[in-house]
Amino acid sequence: MTTAVKVRGLTKRYGDVQAVGGIDLDIDAGEVFAILGPNGAGKSTTVEILEGYRRRDAGEVSVLGTDPGRPTREWRSRVGIVLQSTGDAGEMTVRETVRHFAGYYPRAQDPDEVIERVGLAEKAGRRVGELSGGQRRRVDVALGVIGSPELLFLDEPTTGFDPEARRRFWELIQGLAHEGTTIVLTTHYLDEVEALADRVAVIARGRIVAEGEPSTLGGRATAQATVRWAGGSVETGTPTRTVMELTRRFDGEIPELTVTRPSLEDVYLGLIGS
Amino acid sequence: MTQTTTAPSVSAVAASPAMPSTLRLGLSQAAAENRTFFRRRDAMIFTFSFPIILLVIFGSIFSSTVEGTGLTVSQLYVAGLIGSATMTGFQNLGIGIALNRDDGTLKRLAGTPLPPAAYFMGKALNTLLVSFVQVVILLVIGVALFDLDLPSAASDWLTFTWVFVLGVLGSSLLGIAVSSLPRSGSSASAVIAMPFVVLQFISGVFIPARELPEWLSQIAAIFPLKWMCQGFRAVFLGEDGATLEPTNSYELGRVALILGAWVIGGLVLCLTTFRWKSRNDG
Repeated sequence: MTTAVKVRGLTKRYGDVQAVGGIDLDIDAGEVFAILGPNGAGKSTTVEILEGYRRRDAGEVSVLGTDPGRPTREWRSRVGIVLQSTGDAGEMTVRETVRHFAGYYPRAQDPDEVIERVGLAEKAGRRVGELSGGQRRRVDVALGVIGSPELLFLDEPTTGFDPEARRRFWELIQGLAHEGTTIVLTTHYLDEVEALADRVAVIARGRIVAEGEPSTLGGRATAQATVRWAGGSVETGTPTRTVMELTRRFDGEIPELTVTRPSLEDVYLGLIGS
Repeated sequence: MTQTTTAPSVSAVAASPAMPSTLRLGLSQAAAENRTFFRRRDAMIFTFSFPIILLVIFGSIFSSTVEGTGLTVSQLYVAGLIGSATMTGFQNLGIGIALNRDDGTLKRLAGTPLPPAAYFMGKALNTLLVSFVQVVILLVIGVALFDLDLPSAASDWLTFTWVFVLGVLGSSLLGIAVSSLPRSGSSASAVIAMPFVVLQFISGVFIPARELPEWLSQIAAIFPLKWMCQGFRAVFLGEDGATLEPTNSYELGRVALILGAWVIGGLVLCLTTFRWKSRNDG
């Protein structure tokens, strides 16, 4: 397994504010890695340093073997970036825009295939400015992947989507991940992390406070479970035994039975100290 | 076509194909810019009609002749407004790029392998086309309505060509450079339009150069517009008009020198000060 992103001791300060206070990160090639964190926690700063948009104060950073503080055209051609939003008027059609961007790259994919893959085949002849927000987002993704990137940055990709559009978008991202593209995803949606990410890091106050698989983050899998039923609840490390006892007590069906472990959201909110 | 050289890749990408050349990308940017410009109907119509309306207004108000020359005042305005049309790139690019910086378009481009020089080239070529159409319209109206005589000598058209090309390139590059000055896209039109209007008044577009106080002329002489207007007067007013110049000469050598210096200086300014991101974005 090769490493796509390697970060050691990354720091960045804006005036008196320590935005990033010493971050270490390893992202393997082919992995979908999510970065979570509240606004102002240093998440965007960290990602923008990895994308080559921002300079760091200190630390070692290597993205696809290159220091993003000194981006070259060659390196740029191997990295795809899908930013939060662009507000240009979009007078060119979807096909013209994707074809135009394809010309920037030495290893571009076929524009029509990419348009097809992001689900815009029927809109290919429409001007970008005439599309809905969700459709424009798909254009953003098409432009991010047109150069066949080895590494793709997705910055809050589904903000403002309706639930169905989000599901379809997830399938698109899963398809890219399946083909071996390394994906670095920042998002506020925890269900998005559970659906897409192999691993997740939580950034709070400029540091990584937890890192792991979404299902085990922050000791989630081994945490105490809560068993609830009509008339009572108990927190226990052995919920199966509790349910068996309840089965005997109620002689069959337990009314309103639920067994829950902390959701990713519970764990996340605990980690960021809310 | 020139190929930009890329450093040998240290990565494991086997036999990586060459990066697209800056020249090819610049032409492709220009094609996209032109397409976008002509599809933005409202902006296009106003861009082209503005100098026409000015010419019709000024040409109709001042229809007298200039004493001792046999030239009409409206002919002076045709030459001046051609100078102003040649410099519209300054305003269009200064404002347009500031807006693009704010709306994230530039940030997106910065994340691609597009070299900044290709981006500048696309903007400059688009401006060349837009200014050219403006100038052609002005000439047609000048000939049809205001007794403008087109020069017949090939040397005059040669002068016209180099003044026009150097003027457009210099003012485009200057426009790209000043687009970094406004703090945000919404303040851009105020920040950029003011100096452009002032320049037009002190550079001989609306007011003949010899009627300006000395100190204003000296300020105008720093910027390219005065020299562009002077060059166009040489083409369209000919020897009759030379006596109207403060120095009794069009000084074409100096015009070439100063416009050339602005092209080079503008390019250096762009390459050294250009920012893809807005100021409040680090």
